[in-house]
Amino acid sequence: MNVNDFELISQLLKKRSGLVLSEDKAYLLESRLNPVARKWGLSGFDELAQQVRKSNDEKLLVDITEAMTTNESFFFRDQKPFDQFRDVVLPYLLEHRATKKSLRIWCAAASSGQEPYTLAMLLKEAQAKLSGWRVEIVGTDISQEILDKAKEGVYSQFEVQRGLPINLLVKYFTQMEDRWQISDDIRKMVTFKKFNLLESMAGMGQFDVIFCRNVLIYFDQPTKSQVLDQMAGLLANDGFLYLGGAETVLGISDRFLLIPGQRGIYGLANEQHAVKAAG
Amino acid sequence: MKSCLIVDDSKVVRMVARKILEGLNFAIDEAEDGQKAIEACEKSMPDAVLLDWNMPVKSGIEFLVDLRAMKDVEQPVVVFCTTENDMSHIQKAIQAGANEYIMKPFDSEIIESKFTQVGLI
Ligand SMILES: C[S@@+](CC[C@H](N)C(=O)[O-])C[C@H]1O[C@@H](n2cnc3c(N)ncnc32)[C@H](O)[C@@H]1O
Repeated sequence: MNVNDFELISQLLKKRSGLVLSEDKAYLLESRLNPVARKWGLSGFDELAQQVRKSNDEKLLVDITEAMTTNESFFFRDQKPFDQFRDVVLPYLLEHRATKKSLRIWCAAASSGQEPYTLAMLLKEAQAKLSGWRVEIVGTDISQEILDKAKEGVYSQFEVQRGLPINLLVKYFTQMEDRWQISDDIRKMVTFKKFNLLESMAGMGQFDVIFCRNVLIYFDQPTKSQVLDQMAGLLANDGFLYLGGAETVLGISDRFLLIPGQRGIYGLANEQHAVKAAG
Repeated sequence: MKSCLIVDDSKVVRMVARKILEGLNFAIDEAEDGQKAIEACEKSMPDAVLLDWNMPVKSGIEFLVDLRAMKDVEQPVVVFCTTENDMSHIQKAIQAGANEYIMKPFDSEIIESKFTQVGLI
């Protein structure tokens, strides 16, 4: 791979999805883009780069961008955040939204759906307390391909064994040979939409909870700041922001503060509600 | 250090599971069928049991029923680990008192994930 091709493709990725690739990750470009090259009848990465220079075929650029995203996800990822959701966040919202009776949750990097479906199952388990409520879970991702998988809600035996408690598997899935499909009840609770976090978030509406987990790690500092600052504008005053285990707002955005005693959950810096409620 | 009894008639499976669980800091005991497993539990009750289904002499589900019927003991967490991967087996296991269920083939990630879920890690 020559330096110019690396620069060309890595800049393309940065611009389109925010993904930052250092040169020691060049091998990733080759291994993930060779299949894309073949799909387009090209011999490999070098020809693919040539093709990008020649034509700006949107479909090709989308294929390249999607091939480079990391889509790994699992149900109840890291477990603790979802325990906190059930034990701290949900009780708080049940109390503080009792008159409005509405709840809006955004999974901003929903990938193959495990995260929004985990929340849907937790809300279903609490449905006695939510009768008459309008609950909306919006799952978005940059990749159409992964969203199609999410909508389908079909998972391998391996996928349903990472993090998903067996009683929830029995309750909310049906078996199709060696694959497992999540029930329509749960599927209907989530709306999936294509959305790029680099775009303007105006028009997304307000959210009580935003999950933005394991996606900021791929971005550079200015991009992280821009995403978080925009999210601050969408979050209800006493809303909750979840980041991934390796992510933080520290030194990136001063719009959020860690909720004391709740690792990984943030509230708006100028608001005391959520902080007080949980602390 | 928590203890785990690995019950499987396959020596290879026991060895693989032992490696993984020792890596997760468990003290391991092994039994090759449900009968030997009951005897092991009578002698010393483990914190956890990793349990195969199909075994000679006494099956995993028979062992579980006997185990849950034992009085005045600290009941262990039981995690099935079997090639029986259909819904009816899973339901039967839960009804008999299994805490978790692993469908073979398993790997270290699945074991760690399941043992974490039930609070053993
Ligand atoms: C590792 S997954 C995280 C999934 C889930 N949130 C979790 O924690 O398990 C990262 C996801 O972010 C998506 N993604 C990457 N860049 C994005 C962008 N600019 N806008 C929206 N989604 C993006 C990828 O397509 C991928 O599905």
